[in-house]
Amino acid sequence: MSSTNHDSYSDEYIRGILNDVKTIAIVGASANTVRPSFFVTKYMLSKGYDVIPVNPGHAGREIAGVLTYASLADIDRPVDIVDIFRNSQAAYGVVEEALQLDPLPKAIWMQLEVRNDEAARLAEAKGIKVVMNRCPKIEYARLCGEIGWAGVSSRRISAKKPKLQQGFQRFDIGGKPPGAR
Amino acid sequence: MSENKPGFSTLSIHAGAQPDPATGARATPIYQTTSFVFDDVDQAASLFGLQAFGNIYTRITNPTTAVLEERVAALEGGTAALATASGHAAQLGVFHTLLQPGDEFIASKKLYGGSINQFNHSFKSFGWNVIWVDADDIDSVKKAVTEKTKAVFIESLANPGGVVTDIEAMAGIAKDAGAPLIVDNTMATPYLCRPIEHGADIVVHSLTKFMGGHGNSMGGAIVDAGSFNWTESKRYPMLSEPRPEYDGMVLHETFGNFAFAIACRVLGLRDLGAAISPFNSFMLLTGIETLPLRMQKHCDNALEVAKYLSGHDKIAWVRYAGLEGDACHALQQKYMPKGAGAVFTFGLKGGYEAGVKLVSEVELFSHLANIGDTRSLIIHPASTTHRQLSDQQKTAAGAGPDVVRVSVGIEDVADIIGDLEQALAKI
Repeated sequence: MSSTNHDSYSDEYIRGILNDVKTIAIVGASANTVRPSFFVTKYMLSKGYDVIPVNPGHAGREIAGVLTYASLADIDRPVDIVDIFRNSQAAYGVVEEALQLDPLPKAIWMQLEVRNDEAARLAEAKGIKVVMNRCPKIEYARLCGEIGWAGVSSRRISAKKPKLQQGFQRFDIGGKPPGAR
Repeated sequence: MSENKPGFSTLSIHAGAQPDPATGARATPIYQTTSFVFDDVDQAASLFGLQAFGNIYTRITNPTTAVLEERVAALEGGTAALATASGHAAQLGVFHTLLQPGDEFIASKKLYGGSINQFNHSFKSFGWNVIWVDADDIDSVKKAVTEKTKAVFIESLANPGGVVTDIEAMAGIAKDAGAPLIVDNTMATPYLCRPIEHGADIVVHSLTKFMGGHGNSMGGAIVDAGSFNWTESKRYPMLSEPRPEYDGMVLHETFGNFAFAIACRVLGLRDLGAAISPFNSFMLLTGIETLPLRMQKHCDNALEVAKYLSGHDKIAWVRYAGLEGDACHALQQKYMPKGAGAVFTFGLKGGYEAGVKLVSEVELFSHLANIGDTRSLIIHPASTTHRQLSDQQKTAAGAGPDVVRVSVGIEDVADIIGDLEQALAKI
C-alpha cells in the first residue's frame, strides 16, 4: 500500500513514472488544437511517448496524427499511464475502467484541478502509482528544464548540463532517450 | 536537493541557471540573437501555438532572459516571471493584462514619482483610472473600492520616504474587492520582504535598482504568485475568455497557476514590445548573485548613517523605518526584519539653501536621480525631480524644500559618514 502524499510529489516520484512508461492513454483527448488535452497529446508525442487518445466522439479518427479509441478497453496494446482529462467526480469511473485492463497500467494520472482520493486509493490498492492535480506536460517540461524558457519556475536547481534531444530546443528528463523506451 | 528547499543565497546564484546545454558554459551565456531556427514546420507550429516550450523571437522569449525570469520567480516564491525593458514596462504589462478602458484601480499615494506620473497621465489616456488612497488609513482604502476596481497597487517599502506598507491589510481589501494585489517590491527586494507570503497576487520590480544593484542596466520584472483564480472571477477576459490571438485558447485553463505571467508575455510583451536586452539580462543576473550580501550591507550602512544624522545638530528630522521610534518601525519589524532598505529622507534645518549646498559639497556621494547602486547617491528633490511643483505640492509629495534623499551604498560606512560630515560642516 502506497503512502504517497498527494499534496506534494517529489521530483523523483514524478521522474520515476515518466521514465518507466512508454504508452499514455489520454482519456478525454480533444481534437481541438487549443484545448489543454491536445497540448498534452502533442507534447508527449514529441517526447517519444506512444500517446493514445481516448474519446468516444472521435473514435476511429486521428488527434495530432494518431488514432483515437472509444474507450480504454478498446486499446489494442498495454497502457502504461491512464491520463484523465475529466472532472474529479468522473475520474472515479475512469479509474474503475482502468483497473479492468490486463495488464494493469503502471500509473493513473489526473490532470490539473482533477483529484479523487477515493479513486486513488482504489488504484493504489492494486499497486498502481497515482498522480493527481498535475499535468504531465508541465511536469516533463519542469524536470527537463524546458519550462524555464517561458519564465516558469522549475522549483529545482542543478549544476548538471541539461540533456539535449535530437534537433533544436528539445531537452530530455535525464532517463533513457525516447528511442530506447 | 529537490526534497529540501534551497535557501535564499543558493537560489540567488543557481535558480534558473544550469550549465549551457550546448557548450557546458557555467556562467549563463549572452544569447545575443533576435531569433531561433526551427527544427521543422511542425515544431514551428507547436511553438507559435504555445503547445511546446521554446524560443522563437527575443521580443517574446530569450534563453538568457529566461534564466533571469526563473531566478526572480524563485526568489519571490512565485510560479513564474517575465522580464521587461524597465520597471515601467513591467507595470504597463501588468495593467494591460488586467484592465479594460473605463476600469479603475486603487493605488497608494506613497509611490515612486515615476509611477505616479505613469498612472496619472499615460494610463488615464488608455482609460485606466487610478484612484489614489492613503495606505495608512485602511478604512479610507476600503471606501475607495467600487465595482470597477480591478486591482490594488502598493509598494512594499515606498520610495522615497522608506515607508513600510501594511501588505496583509491591503491584501485583505483586495481580496474583498475581488481584485489582485500588486506589490512593487523594488526597494525591499525579496531578500528583505517576500510580498507573496503576505498575500500579494502579483509582484513587480524595477530590476534596475537593488536587484541588479550596480547602476548599469535597465530592466523590470512581473512575478505571478499563481494565487488568483481568474476563471472563477470572470472579470479578467485576457485570462478567462477565449483569445482570438490564439485561435480561441483560454489562457488560465491552459496554463493554470502561471497563466498570468504567460498572458503578460504572449498578449502583452508580444504586442507592446518592451523587451529587455539579453545583455542587460546577463548584467542583472550577475548582480542578483550577490543580492543577499549587498542588501544586508546596504541596510547595515543605512542604519548607521540614519543614526549619525539623527544626532547631528544641523538635521531637523530623519525618516528611516529602521530607527526605533520611527512611525513605520513596527511594520518594518514585521515585514522586513533584516533591514529597512537603503533609501531614506532627512530634513535640513537650513531649508532649501542648505539642501542645495549639501548636494554640492559631497565628494563620495553621487548627485543623481537613481537608487540602488553600489555607490552612495544623494538628491535634493525640491531643486531637481520636484522643482516644477509649488511649495505646497512639494511638501505634500514628501519633497519639501528642506528634504534630502539618500540611497546609501556599500562603501565603508566610515567613509560615507565622513563625507556627509565634511559637507554638513560647510552649510
